Amino acid sequence: MHAEEKLTYETWPAEPEKSTLEAKNKFLGFWFFLGGETVLFASLFATYLALKDKVPDSSHTLAKDLYDLPLTFVATMLLLTSSLTSVYAMYHMKNFNAKKMNIWLVLTLLLGLGFLGLEIYEFSHYVHEYHHTFTSSAFGSAFYTLVGFHGAHVAFGLLWITTLIVRNAKRGLDLYNAPKFYVASLYWHFIDVVWVFIFTVVYLMGMVG
Amino acid sequence: MSTYAQKKGFGATLWDYLTTVDHKKIAILYLIAGGFFFVIGGLEAVFIRIQLAVPNNDFVSAGLFNEIITMHGTTMIFLAAMPLVFAFMNAIMPLQIGARDVAFPFVNALGFWLFFFGGVFLNLSWFFDGAPDAGWTSYASLAMASKGHGVDFYVLGLQISGLGTLIGGINFLVTIINMRAPGMTYMRMPLFTWSTFVTSALILFAFPPLTVGLVLMMFDRMFGSNFFETSMGGNTVIWEHLFWIFGHPEVYILILPAFGIFSEIFAMFSRKRLFGYSSMVFATVLIGFLGFMVWAHHMFTTGLGPVANAIFAVATMAIGVPTGIKIFNWLLTMWGGSVKFTTPMHYAVAFIPSFVAGGVTGVMLASAAADYQYHDTYFVVAHFHYVIVGGVVFALLAGTHLYWPKMFGTMLNETLGKITFWLFFIGFHMTFFIQHFLGLWGMPRRVFTYLPGQGFETSNLISSLGAVFMSLAVIVLLYNIIATSVKNVRVGNDPWGDGRTLEWALPSPPPFYNFKQLPLVRGLDAYWLEKMEGKKGMTPAEPVGDIHMPNASFLPFVIAFGLFVAAFGALYHMDDKAWSVPVIIIGLLITFGAMFLRSVKDDHGFHIHKEELMEDDKDKGVKA
Repeated sequence: MHAEEKLTYETWPAEPEKSTLEAKNKFLGFWFFLGGETVLFASLFATYLALKDKVPDSSHTLAKDLYDLPLTFVATMLLLTSSLTSVYAMYHMKNFNAKKMNIWLVLTLLLGLGFLGLEIYEFSHYVHEYHHTFTSSAFGSAFYTLVGFHGAHVAFGLLWITTLIVRNAKRGLDLYNAPKFYVASLYWHFIDVVWVFIFTVVYLMGMVG
Repeated sequence: MSTYAQKKGFGATLWDYLTTVDHKKIAILYLIAGGFFFVIGGLEAVFIRIQLAVPNNDFVSAGLFNEIITMHGTTMIFLAAMPLVFAFMNAIMPLQIGARDVAFPFVNALGFWLFFFGGVFLNLSWFFDGAPDAGWTSYASLAMASKGHGVDFYVLGLQISGLGTLIGGINFLVTIINMRAPGMTYMRMPLFTWSTFVTSALILFAFPPLTVGLVLMMFDRMFGSNFFETSMGGNTVIWEHLFWIFGHPEVYILILPAFGIFSEIFAMFSRKRLFGYSSMVFATVLIGFLGFMVWAHHMFTTGLGPVANAIFAVATMAIGVPTGIKIFNWLLTMWGGSVKFTTPMHYAVAFIPSFVAGGVTGVMLASAAADYQYHDTYFVVAHFHYVIVGGVVFALLAGTHLYWPKMFGTMLNETLGKITFWLFFIGFHMTFFIQHFLGLWGMPRRVFTYLPGQGFETSNLISSLGAVFMSLAVIVLLYNIIATSVKNVRVGNDPWGDGRTLEWALPSPPPFYNFKQLPLVRGLDAYWLEKMEGKKGMTPAEPVGDIHMPNASFLPFVIAFGLFVAAFGALYHMDDKAWSVPVIIIGLLITFGAMFLRSVKDDHGFHIHKEELMEDDKDKGVKA
């Protein structure tokens, strides 16, 4: 099968993300990339755990008094839901329905944007209310680096998926762009999974001191 | 599309190499750039040995000495050894598995340019207020206190070139998994391909911790964070862990491909199947796995406690087992073989005792209690030069001679090759053997001079004289390269006459599509099998048909260049220069803009048509 071929609902393969050699390579390469990303976040988690609550003096707020759990819970729900909407988008991609795929992807983007907005609000809240900044302590540096790296991944994902939607808005699905949508959704799931760990390790474990 | 056979002017050739996505040309780029940095790192080593040749020397100042040793280590590991390893992986691995290119040719080119700009950036530090001076390990306690911008060059340069290595690793993994020719099962892959595979996996999991470590140090030095600032709650041991979680697998990233090259050489020039092929594969994978379990043996004296030290000591010693398996397999490959002492074989045979010596001191160092005595002495310097020079550099020199005809279509002179070998072999042992004793006698590493009357004079002088021999060896090698390139006597498919694997079934150098028809692989040492049955070449696994090839692109160069620009901005950010932030933004715009272009512009590649392939054969007078 060639990537440029015009396909119809009937000729669309069952696994469009893996039906050319280029697509297979992209699919596998992206999984490996996510493997590397996992180690990257693991290193950031380790750094955070080593530096949690490490502050120069007692005037600094520690994790259990700092975190705003209801807010991050809402953010978590937004991101988890966005993972679900991206699954629906891929469902429609596999059924050769570009229009419905785009609708679900836009929903994914909106939820991701909401998450990012809450995170920015959260950060500014910590900075202004608690003077918990990137430079105020080792704890602050580790917190903003770990959570900020994740936030930057979300922001990159938003730009990426937006680009894909705009670029392919007119031409619909083919075997050249189907794997692109697919790996973008893989990426989106990945940052969702990372967030589950951040919510657990940073926020929930932060509450118990 | 038959233009590729025509002669081109200098400008066109340059543009060709700047935009190439062909793995064979990228291999040549890696070889040239890696060779260049190898010479720079070698000169730095010569300066070190001149300074230490006599006591109380003032050839260089103490500060400059720190910069030289830091840059020697960093350059040799990241900018010489790794790219040279990558050169052979790129040149040979796709041919060995019967592929027409790597899985991601564009990413392959991007990987090279990232490495190249990272390396250039790091070395520019010599011209901008000083090179890094905190040692190649750049421990945070030293690095944070380092004045000037040296350490910033280290952090940003390695960050850029590390990205290149990481994507290169992913690329090789996917290539080996997805693009093997029909019949090329995993257990028929040549050992060099196997070692490329395991090495790539190590790169994938080892480089992200380095990335994080470098990010933390960059944030600390340039953007005011406090990861390593103890007065603000920071902890410098975090750097040590992150660095060595990367750094120990890194030495296996270097040595496993060396093992792979030697495995090919032993089988080729003993004209025998590699002894214990399956156990070799098993040992390679096991070494790769254990490589991640031992990082803290670099930190025995950091104070992790006896439990941690004991665990890491035992894990470290365990690596001796698979390595021993390999050594015996190589010996038994030669046993009863019809051994031909070519230049590559010289290196292979010399490698065994040299590397075993490094391995033995490795086990000595692995004993945590004894390590307190060896730590930070010349004993350690001798140990790691025995494994890295006696293992990796020997393999790179052997590989250069072995694969030169496949990469350039002409043979390096064998006599000069053997002269290079003997000079290098003698020089290497002369320089480093005595350093074991210097270490045991108490000479600390990284000191810029020593006093007379401590018993270090003669040994240091001998060590420095050894460096002269190694320098001569490199000069002979360079002369050899120039002389053979000028003569340019063309060679056929299998110039050594003993080729066993697929790459030797192809013309030297191979056409840009490698295989007109993908070969049918019928066993280990696929080409040897066919030769033994009296056939001239491989049996094709497919009829002649259109070949799909990737387009050349200038974007990899641009993407890497953008990061190079942004790095300058970040570097001067700590000086509160007004232009630093705009420069960061411009650089990132170049990079992300080029990535955006790559994303939105379709790149379907092109097809070489069946008729052109036939035509191509007629031009060369070869029957289809």
